[in-house]
Order: sequence, then C-alpha cells, then structure tokens
Amino acid sequence: MARVVVDVMPKPEILDPQGQAVANALPRLGFTGVGSVRQGKHFELEVDDDVDDATLARIAETFLVNPVIEEWVVRRVTP
Amino acid sequence: MTKIGVITFPGTLDDADAARAVSSAGADAVALWHADADLRGVDAVVVPGGFSYGDYLRCGAIARFAPVMGEVIAGASKGMPVLGICNGFQILCEAGLLPGALLRNAKLHFVCRDQWLRVDNTETAWTSRFDRDAEILVPLKNIDGRYIADKSTVDRLEGEGRVVFRYVHGNPNGSVNDIAGVCSANGRVVGLMPHPEHAIATLTGPSDDGLDLFRSVLDAVVNP
Repeated sequence: MARVVVDVMPKPEILDPQGQAVANALPRLGFTGVGSVRQGKHFELEVDDDVDDATLARIAETFLVNPVIEEWVVRRVTP
Repeated sequence: MTKIGVITFPGTLDDADAARAVSSAGADAVALWHADADLRGVDAVVVPGGFSYGDYLRCGAIARFAPVMGEVIAGASKGMPVLGICNGFQILCEAGLLPGALLRNAKLHFVCRDQWLRVDNTETAWTSRFDRDAEILVPLKNIDGRYIADKSTVDRLEGEGRVVFRYVHGNPNGSVNDIAGVCSANGRVVGLMPHPEHAIATLTGPSDDGLDLFRSVLDAVVNP
C-alpha cells in the first residue's frame, strides 16, 4: 500500500470568501500579521502498489477536482 | 401526453414540487431513480434541487456519476430537453452539460428570499413561452449559488446569448454578470439556481411565473 496525497486549492483568480472569513477572524482573536488566507482541500488515499500515476491523475482530474474552479497537486508520500 | 421525468437522488428535496409543476403544466410527471440507468421513455428531464449525496466533495460532484445521469447525458446529446434547478444546475455543470461552476455565496450566507429575474433568452426549450426581458419572481434558496466561469467562457456565453436568466434588483450571491441561469449551445439544456417549480400558483408561491418554464418544454418536445 502507498499513501497518495491530493491537495486542491481554488484557482488564484477565484474569490474565496471562506478564506477571507478566516483571515478576517484572526485579528479579532488576537492574531496579527496574517495578510490573507485561502482555503482548500486535502485528500489522503491509501492505494495498492499497482495503481499507476496515470490512474491517480485521472482520479484527481475527473472526480476529486473540478478543473473549472480548482488547481491541484498529486503526490506519493513515503510511508 | 408528454412525459417529463423528475430525478430523485439521495438528498433531493424538490422532486415533489417539480413533479407538481410538470403536472400543472399539463404533462405527465414520471419519477426517475438515481440508481436506475433508465429514463422510462420520457421526452424531457428535470433535475431538481436539494442536497444530493449530502453535497459531499462538491455540490453535484457525486450525483453526476449516478447511473441515471449517464442516460441523461446521452439523451441531452440527442437533443432531449433537460432542466437543472439549484442542485440540479450544479449537477449539470459538474456533468459538463453546462459550462461554469457554482461556488459558495460571496457573503457566505444561506440566501432564502423571493428573487426577481429577467428572462434574457426566450429561444431555449424551457423559456419559449416568456416574453423577452420579462421580469419574473421566484424563490431562491441556497448557499452555493455563486455562478462562475473563466472570462473567455463568460464572454462566449454573453456573445451567444446563452445567459438565460439574470438577477435583477440586486445580485444575491456575487454571481459573475448577475448570471442566474445559462443554457447549452443548442438551447435544450437549461440550468438556474432559483426555483421556478416553487412559483406555479399564488396560493403556495410568490407568483405563478415559474409555470411557463414547464409549459415551454411542451412546445419543445412537440417541435424539437
């Protein structure tokens, strides 16, 4: 088994009001110096060793991600 | 009698009202089940609103792969009229039948109100009974209703007249160009966030303006 991580973020040009809300909350909580926050998703997949990179790319692009609004990185993590 | 299918997914809320709207328009409402790859011989399909599959992953992302959707996509490719309302609009975007995507409302609030829309395109399968630039009042209720697409896509939609419904008297969610609904290139597939199926009689809705979507499609299936 191998662990695969897929990190997904809204495209830079897409307004991220959830990230903005987090950023706006920080000063109210006493944390200063954080200029901006963007919020994404992090997937961890446990996959069999014979699942190849092309398949992982397809899983990400066709299902985990909506390429219209998001960008993503797929990487294998050493167990 | 014209048969119009209404799909139920796990988490669908508005299938009963959509079926009632279909019946009120004078068609036969046919219940379709997400797990059946079978359209039961319908002439058109309504993908109603709700929270299919709990909105897990992204709104509509899992519903898009339901067995019934394979048949909807195949039917749409042959010109079958399809209407996606709210979550149904999100599903059609995820399925690639309509361009763009729906994101969290700009102010992060769930918006529930009666909303004015302008009908900008009366040539689609679902809007032929409206007068051009007619303003209609229908309920809006969602938190993920902010329509977005890249600039070239928006420019193409505007240039081709494919913005079907536009928010007027206030943009409720930050949608680009006040877009409330769009259509496919052939005008047979339409999606919108507001709920025309909740506005078919003044006893239960703010108007009966929504009924004309369901009447329009009767003409579209007779005159494809």
